[in-house]
Amino acid sequence: MPLLEIRNLKVEFETASGPFKALDGVDYTVDSGEVLAIVGESGSGKSVAMLALMGLLPDTATVTVDKMEFEGRDITKLSATDRRQVIGKDISMIFQEPIASLNPCFTVGFQIGEALKVHTDLSSSDRSRRVIELLEAVGIPEPKGRLSSFPHQMSGGQCQRVMIAMAIACQPKLLIADEPTTALDVTIQKQILDLLLKLQEESGMGLIMITHDMGVVAETADRVVVQYQGRQMEESDVLTLFESPKHPYTKALLSALPENATGDRLPTVSDFREFLESEAKKVSA
Amino acid sequence: MSGDIILKVRDLKRDYVTKGGLFKKESTLSALKGVSFDVERGSTLAVVGESGCGKSTLARILTMIDPATAGTVEIDGTAIDISKGNISREMRQKVQIVFQNPYGSLNPRQKIGAVLEEPLLLNSDKPAAERRDLALSMLEKVGLKPEHYGRYPHMFSGGQRQRIAIARAIMLQPKLLVLDEPVSALDLSVQAQILNLLADLQDEFDLTYVFISHDLSVVRYIADKVMVMYFGEAVEYGTRDEVFSDPKHSYTKTLFAATPRADIESIRERLANKAA
Repeated sequence: MPLLEIRNLKVEFETASGPFKALDGVDYTVDSGEVLAIVGESGSGKSVAMLALMGLLPDTATVTVDKMEFEGRDITKLSATDRRQVIGKDISMIFQEPIASLNPCFTVGFQIGEALKVHTDLSSSDRSRRVIELLEAVGIPEPKGRLSSFPHQMSGGQCQRVMIAMAIACQPKLLIADEPTTALDVTIQKQILDLLLKLQEESGMGLIMITHDMGVVAETADRVVVQYQGRQMEESDVLTLFESPKHPYTKALLSALPENATGDRLPTVSDFREFLESEAKKVSA
Repeated sequence: MSGDIILKVRDLKRDYVTKGGLFKKESTLSALKGVSFDVERGSTLAVVGESGCGKSTLARILTMIDPATAGTVEIDGTAIDISKGNISREMRQKVQIVFQNPYGSLNPRQKIGAVLEEPLLLNSDKPAAERRDLALSMLEKVGLKPEHYGRYPHMFSGGQRQRIAIARAIMLQPKLLVLDEPVSALDLSVQAQILNLLADLQDEFDLTYVFISHDLSVVRYIADKVMVMYFGEAVEYGTRDEVFSDPKHSYTKTLFAATPRADIESIRERLANKAA
């Protein structure tokens, strides 16, 4: 039994100009101890899919799904209370903008402790001990002194570490990282990716990396799902994807990488216009 | 092309002084600690570094927005020093800039036509009809259509906006274009289109680029020369091949090691390590 299984997920948004299909029938499977990368450009629906799983979409969204099971339990059928037991504890998420996702009015110690307060019955002193442990685990120097720091007193990389500490506070079985390193410098990106992989390996949790960066995919993923405009183009293990991409869109993405440039100009996705136009027809049909 | 230096920078320094208060002493932050380089006409210099390394400070000095604290900048043979005032219009027309965020750098209330005509309106006495013609032909050059002339920025995608920002920057036919992370906010396929556009425009107008970026794969693709900056100092400066094949400074090596590798051998190696 896979850790997470999603079949035929569709998300529609109600907009002023009629319904907009953000996701049109995508499937995901993640096993424990596996790193799945969801790759796509903006508008591919990669974040929407995970927000649907977490129940974080606004009211204008209609989610339909044939199957959405976490450890064999149907998440869609859970009551709101039961759902909260799972979301935030067994499944947790890290967002793209670390500085924007932390509350500027509370200390980082408080914000990490909050997750523990909600999901565990640790006493207050046990909690603060656990928070220090967590900060240490994510590699923040002098974790004790950092408990009373506010987010604005930390750098972007450190804020992302705090977010990770928060996400792993309750030892989740599945961690979703939505573009965790996009806002960071390359050397910091390397540290954060290494940290995520280390934590994932130690705890054996499943990890979903949402990214648009093929380099990040190559460095982290076991398996890859490629999305374009709300539909799944290709799914394969990471080596096969880079060695012999099957779908024209994946080929286009890989050849648009500057390091793969062979000629004077880079090939772009619009060189694959025929494919894009046929896609557009399918969407409007 | 060789020997024709359009931009000559020598020992450029810039200090920011933070004001002291009642309980706080005045302190000085050196954002640039003596940077020197030359850029040849029609070539591209890439400036690489992380946030806080002084690359945007450098861009602001080159575009005559901020003065330098010390050192000299010569553009096309003329020394510029805005701390002494009186930079001529002709001088300012020679250097233009394209900013990182195409959402923040266009006025949401200004139609695209007006965006493109404004530099002409301010700097030349061309009549309205001629300005319009120039704007329309520029739209075409950057891969947009004449019907985009009357639209507002919010009607465009990020890649299209960056095309508009580039079009605005080259309206006055500058000699030197400073590009401050022009593709880092864009999707991969759009990034490729913009890089191609920049290469086309460079060929057509014999433009010189100072290309600021933190993305080494982009730099490797576009640059002729590379300068790596670290805490206000140029720790590495050389031709692209020199820097990429044989990085000297430990920071450059760290930077290369941190850049994700997407080639098949490194994926294979990683998977082998993981299985072990």
